Order: sequence, then structure tokens, then C-alpha cells
Amino acid sequence: MKNVDKENKNSQIGKVEKTLNFKGEESLEQSPERDIHFAAKKKKHYEEVSRKFDKIDKSNYKTYVFYKSPKSSHFKNMFWAFVIGGLICVIGQAFIELYKALDFPAEKASALASSTLVLLAALFTGFGIYDLLGRFAGAGSTIPITGFSNAVVAPALEFRCEGMIYGLGAKMFLIAGPVIVNGVAVSVLIALLTLLFGGA
Amino acid sequence: MTKNLETGMRPRTIRFENAYFSEGFSIVGPKELRGKLGDRFDFALLNDRFDQKTFEKAERKMFETAIDGVVSKSKLLPIDVDAILGGDLLNQIISASYSARKSPASFLGLYNACGTYAESLLIGAAMVNKYYKNVVCLSGSHFSSAERQYRYPLELGVLRSPMTQWTCTGVGATLLTDTEIRPNSPRVTAGTAGRVIDFGIKDVNNMGAAMAPAACDTLRQFFADTGKTVDDYDLILTGDLGKLGKEILMDLAAQEGIDLSKNYADCGAALYFERQKTYQGGSGAACSAIVTNSIILDSLRDGSMKNVLLIGTGALMSPVSAFQGESIAAIAHLVEITGNVDESPVEVENNEDFKSEENK
Repeated sequence: MKNVDKENKNSQIGKVEKTLNFKGEESLEQSPERDIHFAAKKKKHYEEVSRKFDKIDKSNYKTYVFYKSPKSSHFKNMFWAFVIGGLICVIGQAFIELYKALDFPAEKASALASSTLVLLAALFTGFGIYDLLGRFAGAGSTIPITGFSNAVVAPALEFRCEGMIYGLGAKMFLIAGPVIVNGVAVSVLIALLTLLFGGA
Repeated sequence: MTKNLETGMRPRTIRFENAYFSEGFSIVGPKELRGKLGDRFDFALLNDRFDQKTFEKAERKMFETAIDGVVSKSKLLPIDVDAILGGDLLNQIISASYSARKSPASFLGLYNACGTYAESLLIGAAMVNKYYKNVVCLSGSHFSSAERQYRYPLELGVLRSPMTQWTCTGVGATLLTDTEIRPNSPRVTAGTAGRVIDFGIKDVNNMGAAMAPAACDTLRQFFADTGKTVDDYDLILTGDLGKLGKEILMDLAAQEGIDLSKNYADCGAALYFERQKTYQGGSGAACSAIVTNSIILDSLRDGSMKNVLLIGTGALMSPVSAFQGESIAAIAHLVEITGNVDESPVEVENNEDFKSEENK
């Protein structure tokens, strides 16, 4: 009788696993072998780490978590940052050439191209496309001038509902603010250094 | 089972005689609807805003809908509810408190971050056990409002760390009663209030690692107090440790002699598919609430599970403490929910009928 109960319990556990734990495996089966390979690799990694730390307590918990945590793939991140960042720069260069072809002087053409890029990035932020780009491009979409535009427009959109002054006005430079402050401070410092040592 | 030396071996588990888990209501966002448990919830939003001007208002409306839903599902009147206990993730828990202004019941605001639901069940069960008749316990969160308070604006293009979790959108509400108003209602039979545990994790992206020690501590305390083991339960369910936190808790528990490899699941890790790019799964105050009030309640009612341990875990940090370099303190509350299904001989008779029909 007891065995029957135990069997019932096991089948229940199986049911729980099916509904809660392992329902994702259905999608794994449909997807290519690559996913299964990665899942197996992850499991192996977890097991290896748990074997390495036979006693986990407050003192070595941080190291344990560091080993256990998944690392972001540097190669993948750098590749996408390179591709997307490069693409944005190519678009910028295309605009410069376009404005040059329209008989603008070279200096004005590059300034105009920068403003066009800023405008486009602001528009794409509003349409909700830029954050999707940033989710896998990372630094590739943050470092160019378009990233700066995104950093100003995103909080402006977000805090618009708190009113024009306390919301939009106050929170607009939430993320870009430190960049501006540090940029101005460093430029003053460099100007002073040039004045003192560089001479005219 | 080892006794907890730090707490001086004081038992901290409370038992409840007549706290019935009478009804549950879960309301979720569109992303959760497309997730693994999508077809189990009572109500789902088609858009994140719920036709409101702001995300905060949407969250408030979700709370109102959840309170109305659980009251009407149990065929009570709003005036029958004695008290509402609940909280959310926003500053000064505005969503839960503003939603309670339409209700005639008294309101007690609670905050334990993502462990709010377990906390409300614990306090609600204690109140129902002695003083009140009907108590609504609820907890919820909204991805967009939480994200802008804790992290970055939504439209900002940032690379997410592979350790992050996705704050889930939803509200789960439970009606606890002192009598059984509906047959086969599960009961809240015991609960352990957790201690605040800090293992020195400072990475705000890695909440699972910060909360796992707290969950382990509460689990150990409960087993030491009651003398029960993992095998006595059909399911042990943690709130929002995520996939990584789940692995860490399994390692930590194995040290204490608790084997969690068989019947342990995490609400956050169970919510989403891999392709939804939530990395470590769901988090947020809604996580444990929506899972418990949908699939777990159903399973307890139809008898496929007999008892469940729910451990609500919460990371007690704020953006201020994170910027000031404080580590993340964590808490975990445990609630034992026992199914109350009558093993009536009716089913057997039905089976025999079925068999005889087969024989024909």
C-alpha cells in the first residue's frame, strides 16, 4: 500500500515538473540542438562550481556567486557593438557626403550631419526602436552621438506624465546630466592646462 | 536537521487552525500571458497601460480589479471584507493603498519587496485565525513603473546583464476566511516569519544570489521547528529567486542536508519561456502572488497536490541604498498551504462504472 502511495507521489512530482519546471523543454525540443547543447553546458558548469565549494558560508559566498553567475559573452557583445556602431558612423559619413554634395562647406556639413543623427535617434527613441537596438548593440549604440540623444529623450518621454516642470524639465538630464557636467569640468581643466603649458 | 544556532534555537513557526484559502484571483500583463503559465491566469491585460494615462494608474487599476475579482469570485459583497492587507514595489506603496480607497474594508499596508505576498498571507492567516472573518491579501507589481523607479527609463537603450530578472506585471489577490465557504478550499496551516539576512552581495542585477541565503535560513528554521522533511511536501515553491538563485539555493540547502532536487520550483523561473529574453526569469512582488493564486490553487483544489510550502523572498534595497554602496539585505517568509480535498468514494464508483462500460 505504501509503495502505491509513493508511486502516486512520484507521478505527482512528475506532473509538477511538467507544469512548472520543465515546460520550457517543449520549446527546447522544437529549437535546434544548439540550445540543448548550451543547456547541458550550463548544467555542467553549475555542477562543477558546486563541487568546488564544499562549504559555502558568509566569508566565501561572494566568490561562490561570482563563479556561479553566467558571464556575458564578450565576443558577441563586441561584435554587435562593432557592427552597429560602425553602421551608425557610416550613416553619419553618408550624411556628410550628402551635405557636401549640396554645396555646404566641410565644417558645416559635419555639424549638420551630427544634428541629423541626433534628430533621427530622438525619433527612433520615440518610436521605441532605439532601445531594442541598444539591447544587443550595447556600447555600439551608446557611444556615438545618437546614444546621447537617446539618453536625453528617453527620460523626457518617461517623466512627461509628472508635468512639464517637475517631470520633463527636472528629469530630462537624469542620465545625460553627469556626462555634461563631467565633460564641461574636464574641458575647463584641459583649457587651463593648454593655457599654462601649451602656450599659443 | 541542524538547529539554527544564530537564533538561539527559538522556534519561530506559527500554526493556524482555521485559516481557509478560500479564493484567489490573478491578473497579469501581456508578457506573462505569452509565458509558460499564460493559460492559467484569471485575467490578462492586452496592453501594458490598461487604458490609463500612466503606468502607475494602470497598476492601481490592476489592484482594484484584483480586489473586485476575488470578492466577486467568492460570491461575497465588498462590505463583507474586514481588512485588506497588501503592498507593492512603488515608493510609499501607493498602488495598494490608493486601490483600497474604493473599498469599505480597513487597510494595512505591507512592504517586504517581493516577499510581500507571503508576508500578507502570514499576517492575514493570523488575523483570520482569531479576530477577523474575511481578509483579502494581495500583492503586485508592474514592469514599467518598477523599472523606472529602480533602474533606467524604458526607452533607454542599455545592454542587460545576463544575471538580471524581469519584473513581472500582475497582481494576485487571495481571500482568507475563518470558515470554509467553498468545498475543497485549501488551508494555511503554518507560517514562519523570516529574519533579515545579508551575505554582502552588492550587485543590484543579481537579486537571486542576495535572496537565496534568506530563503535557505527560513526553510531550515521551518524544518527544525516542525520536524518535517522535504519529502512531506508535494512542492516547495520560492518566490522570485530566478534560475541562478534557484541553483544557489539548492547548493546552500544541500549543505544543510535538505535535498531540493526533486520537488522544488521557483515562481520566477517558471513564468517565462527562454525565448522571451528575461534571462534569469521573473521577479517582483507579483511573481509569487500570481503563481500561487492560479496554478497552485487549482492543483490544491483538484487534489493533484496535497501540500505546498511557499517561500516569498524579498530584496530589501532601494536605489538610494544601492548608490550609497550598501549591500543588499534580504528576507524570506514561509507559508505552508495544505489541500483540504475530501477523498470521497464517489470517484471510485465512477471509475467502476467506467470500467464496467469498458467491459461491455
